[in-house]
Amino acid sequence: MQLSGWGRYPRAEGRLSAPRDTAALAALLAEGPAIARGMGRAYGDSAIGRHAISTRHLNRMIAFDATTGQLVAEAGVTLGEIIDAFLPRGWFLSVTPGTKFVSLGGAIAADVHGKNHHVDGSFGGFVDWIEVMGPDGAVNRCSATQNPDLFHWTLGGMGLTGVILRAAIRLRPVESGWIRQTTIPARNLDEALDAFAQTMDATYSMAWIDCIASGDRLGRSIVMEGEHAGRGELPADRRARPFDTPDRRAARVPFDFPGLTLNPLSVRLFNEAYWQKGLRQPTTTLTGWDPFFYPLDTVHEWNRIYGRRGFMQFQCVVPLESHGEGLRAILGAIARTGAASFLAVLKRFGPQQGRLSFPMEGYTLALDFPVNRRSLSLMPELDRITADHGGRFYLAKDSRLSAQTLRQTDPRWDAFAQWREDNGLAGQFVSAQSERLAL
Amino acid sequence: MSKTILILGATSDMARACAHRYAREGYDLQLAARDAAAIEADAQDLRLRHGVTATALAFDVLDTDGFAGFIAGLAPLPDVVLCAVGFMGDQTESQRNPQAATVVLRSNFEGPALALGMLAERFEARGSGTVIGISSVAGDRGRASNYVYGAAKAGFTAFLSGLRNRLARGPVRVITVKPGFVATKMTEGLPLNPRLTAQPDEVAEAIWRAQDKGRDVIYVRRVWRLIMAIIRALPEWQFKKTTL
Repeated sequence: MQLSGWGRYPRAEGRLSAPRDTAALAALLAEGPAIARGMGRAYGDSAIGRHAISTRHLNRMIAFDATTGQLVAEAGVTLGEIIDAFLPRGWFLSVTPGTKFVSLGGAIAADVHGKNHHVDGSFGGFVDWIEVMGPDGAVNRCSATQNPDLFHWTLGGMGLTGVILRAAIRLRPVESGWIRQTTIPARNLDEALDAFAQTMDATYSMAWIDCIASGDRLGRSIVMEGEHAGRGELPADRRARPFDTPDRRAARVPFDFPGLTLNPLSVRLFNEAYWQKGLRQPTTTLTGWDPFFYPLDTVHEWNRIYGRRGFMQFQCVVPLESHGEGLRAILGAIARTGAASFLAVLKRFGPQQGRLSFPMEGYTLALDFPVNRRSLSLMPELDRITADHGGRFYLAKDSRLSAQTLRQTDPRWDAFAQWREDNGLAGQFVSAQSERLAL
Repeated sequence: MSKTILILGATSDMARACAHRYAREGYDLQLAARDAAAIEADAQDLRLRHGVTATALAFDVLDTDGFAGFIAGLAPLPDVVLCAVGFMGDQTESQRNPQAATVVLRSNFEGPALALGMLAERFEARGSGTVIGISSVAGDRGRASNYVYGAAKAGFTAFLSGLRNRLARGPVRVITVKPGFVATKMTEGLPLNPRLTAQPDEVAEAIWRAQDKGRDVIYVRRVWRLIMAIIRALPEWQFKKTTL
């Protein structure tokens, strides 16, 4: 069948299996090269290939320790399910990406980060141990002290070290399901970077950046920061049920939008409206956890607005030393081509933590582009600017990087590929992405 | 006092989805399957996610002699029983081999009907309860491709209909579920039309709503009511020539 990631580009013919237990999984691995697939939320080709093995039936929660907040669960459990089960008891994810529709296994494989990276680091920092099935069907538990190499290469290893079966993660205690959100409009990139510099001690921070604005408005952003609200901060009528936040009505994109829906004009109008809304917003508000962390999750299948050809996401990080110049060059290149990208995200990162973590101290920029000739010619230029400024790329978003650019910007993958070779994993765990990037 | 649901055939995908749906409403769970050890992981998952009580019970649908003991051992007697037991078998094998056909007939008709009938008696004596049987559209008209299974399901549908008729004036309710195609273990690898194929979660939602709204017979996706009405309406001389 046709397999693709969330961006629906690229698509490739492949086999998709969904074993119901570990014995069935081991039997599938014995048949030849394969790659694990969680919720299919990696944007590009990370979880597609000749044989993708879905973990959706391996999705049980196994144990929870209410004194330490440690949850043990199978890889197919989603982050949203973890919130559903544990927020009412006063626990939230320690790190969450911008969608709750990812699996635990996927979050580990991509070592995802969230709006609190500058304070708490990435997902891997809250993983106590992982159980990984190797090509022979044997299950190995690994942690910082037990099989440490397997542990450190599995966090961020894009599923290429084996099939993640189970893991123990630590949740964080919270007093409510509410976030105290502060909104800071920034008229250009300098103001946005200033705002980030001043919010380094905020638990959560990120910005929506308008990639169409140019000239002295280049980098115009709405910077948002947030804190988990304490019970005492809630209005009196909310205090009795601090974990109840309003249900959000989910909509669904019912069909593939025609390719022309997202054009420079519609995106310009959208961005302008978004900016105006940001200007009008009160500086500080209480908002539920769902709209704060997962603004796009209410629009199911939002990937269809990019039409049948799909879209690509570009996400890079530029190190602190050169971030101003680097970001300006990238934004300038995008504004020049007028390539439509709405809802781009800018965020300050703290230092790299895991061995393969994508983040490094600096700024990350994430943008969507519809798949068309203009985007496809712009992306290599963005790659080059990122490389020139010492930046690197996030493989969970990638669908088109060249192996050469990856190695040039991120030599860690050389050591990773060598380790895979030495441990007999190279020919066994294979995705379209690992083949393209020669991992 | 929280309510309890007994699920017979708890390892099936539809049963698992129903267990989660009812647990979300705060129901305690009695999960019964041939191999009780195989559902312990599910029971633990349900306890953790929903904070309900979940027990794994051994139940063999072919062991009709054991039903009385099984029901006597239920503590408490559940408020709702859902039978999700189903075994498709292989039609060609069922045509040739009476033993294979017997297993299909007993698994889909005799066992489920007798077990639900006995529980309905207990519910009637207590003065409350809901009986839910997952039957099949295959029981609406016998077709060449699966008529042994279909005949068993037809029997089960008729049994539920009669039970409902008999209990209609009392407090006990009987619901017949005919899910149509569902993406489960049983149908994996079959080329099913996605528009006609429900996910197990959809079935669970439909069953919960049927109970909540007091429905008697449900098809999960509405289109199935229409499809089956047409199939039932075809005159036999025409129907016998079809390949459905």
